[in-house]
Amino acid sequence: MSAQLNFEVPTMAEMIAKGKEPEILFWVGCAGSYDERAQKTTRDICKILHHVGLKYAVLGTEESCTGDPAKRAGNEFLFQMQAMTNIEVLNAYNIKKIVTGCPHCFNTIKNEYPGLGGNYEVIHHTQLIQQLINEGKLKAEGGESFKGKKITYHDPCYLGRGNDVYEAPRKALEALDAQLVEMKRCRSNGLCCGAGGAQMFKEPEKGNKDINIERIEEALETQPQVIAASCPFCMTMLRDGVKMKEQEQNVQVLDIAEITARANGL
Amino acid sequence: MVSQILFIVITLAAIALFSYNLKKVIRNIRLGRAANRSDQPQKRMMTMLKVAFGQTKMFFRPIPAFLHLIVYAGFVIINIEVLEIMIDGIFGTHRIFGGLGTLYNILIGSFEFLALGVWLACAIFLIRRNVLKLKRFSGVEMKSWPRSDANYILITEILLMTAFLTMNAADAKLQAMGLGHYTAAGAFPVSQFLQNLLPDTAAGLIAIERGCWWFHIIGIFAFLNYLPYSKHFHIIFAFPNTYFSNLEPKGEFTNMESVTNEVKAMLDPSFTPPEAAPGRFGAKDVNDLTWVNLMNAYTCTECGRCTSVCPANITGKLLSPRKIMMDTRDRMEEVGKNGLEDGKSLIDTYITREEIWACTSCNACTQACPINIDPLSIITELRRYAVMEESQSPASINTMLGNIENNGAPWKYSPSDRFNWAKES
Repeated sequence: MSAQLNFEVPTMAEMIAKGKEPEILFWVGCAGSYDERAQKTTRDICKILHHVGLKYAVLGTEESCTGDPAKRAGNEFLFQMQAMTNIEVLNAYNIKKIVTGCPHCFNTIKNEYPGLGGNYEVIHHTQLIQQLINEGKLKAEGGESFKGKKITYHDPCYLGRGNDVYEAPRKALEALDAQLVEMKRCRSNGLCCGAGGAQMFKEPEKGNKDINIERIEEALETQPQVIAASCPFCMTMLRDGVKMKEQEQNVQVLDIAEITARANGL
Repeated sequence: MVSQILFIVITLAAIALFSYNLKKVIRNIRLGRAANRSDQPQKRMMTMLKVAFGQTKMFFRPIPAFLHLIVYAGFVIINIEVLEIMIDGIFGTHRIFGGLGTLYNILIGSFEFLALGVWLACAIFLIRRNVLKLKRFSGVEMKSWPRSDANYILITEILLMTAFLTMNAADAKLQAMGLGHYTAAGAFPVSQFLQNLLPDTAAGLIAIERGCWWFHIIGIFAFLNYLPYSKHFHIIFAFPNTYFSNLEPKGEFTNMESVTNEVKAMLDPSFTPPEAAPGRFGAKDVNDLTWVNLMNAYTCTECGRCTSVCPANITGKLLSPRKIMMDTRDRMEEVGKNGLEDGKSLIDTYITREEIWACTSCNACTQACPINIDPLSIITELRRYAVMEESQSPASINTMLGNIENNGAPWKYSPSDRFNWAKES
């Protein structure tokens, strides 16, 4: 699993300069761009896009925060400034379809941008992966075998309850022939990782324990080899939880995109 | 004749008092700002039928759902019996529907079974609350009134059902005696077992039958007028509340239109925003919330399903979505009586900053609510007020906002480094 990419990631600016139009824009997001751990997921999403030969591009340095954390924290001004600036960029490039690497970006662009003049078909990367599996373009072979491994999936709030996407990530895991074990609280009853609503950027309020600890205890009860995530915030919170419980040697926290890339030997 | 006049007077008084209190509630709900919930009437109707009428969301917890369903069915169906009581009361008749024969027997028989079911369900509910002390029914917001409110309702229902069955038992005995007024009508599969407990004299039986009859109907009127003071208001408000509930994806927050106009004007100098009265950003008090938020508060039955799934509450933080709804209702009642200028406000006086900043906006509460109440939108409005009107947010949130403003990312990284992930390992 080389972390390095052996191909160039095309940007919109380059595409346009060459007179080409991509089928889909990959919206990387702030975490996917800057967070070291999330960058790995970002690169794996690119590997998948490259592998199946989808014509895609990223905005690169032209991308900016969707405004999600500002909006959830109550700063509607800052949110709308970000949103309208982003929409200008997206519309200037005539973007029609977007895949995101983060449920928060996904929710914001899909649900909150249309009211401000940004209308796109938006999918989350797990939905793209599901689609590619259905089309037979991704086969879960040629790479690491997850056959029979115990995997538990943590539903991110903004993908699950927020937008009713429960099956796509599970579909990607089923393709692995792995043993998918559900936590007590899953799907619409899933427990938050503790980072949503701008909590990612502040210390939690006083309480008995942190939310990610409660969640990781529940995840560990299923005795998994892999905890699957599909959100960079959940990834951080779950990994912190696993570290706190000193279980890094036994349990891996991986994004659905990473698992898929590994299984396909990308 | 005297009893007929008395009955009509009591009925009219009960209805008048209820209308008066209902008007006050509607006046309080109208304190709220406008919100458009008149779109997609068909989808709204379906939501109401499914969620309120069909109680689909209750079945997430099967045991209370089953018990609640019995009480609910009892409430709906026994209203047919109440209709008969009303007609009998006004015209001095006895079991006016008795002429229906077999159908009437089936009706009365099924009411008896339902009444027994309601009696048992309420008894189990009482045990769950007071003996088993379920965690869901405790919490800082469950002070003396909310606790006794629930108990009063359950005890009243048990008494009403007892009166109904006792009345039937006495009636059946009187029917068997062939007393003129008490024509034979109805089947009494449950109350027949109470007959041995009753006296054998006609006078005694008539006293019991009439006593229970009056107790039953006055009890129902009293119950009706208790509703506006109680969490039990949900038996009426669940229906409009689900009809007007949010149909958009749960993750979607509203885009504030006043802000859109200002931002457009900032980005494009040629844009002239439409004239609008200066409004508040977010909510400081109940009048800044929408009428939907306020109706939600009157609909809340304090079941605590929201709080029991709230990640902040589960991990011991101060936030309880149920408390948000109860506070909103309490404050609304207070404003309805004394007006807004009493030096208090929903935020700080009722809901603390610590509570609103503990929310992860995960929507577990809105998902769990059996009647589609949305505590999250109130929390969001309070945050908007704190951030946009007062610039009061936790220091680290301020840092995050500053980073987005300056760097286009919540962390302090240079925008020019945004694409580095593609180049480095």
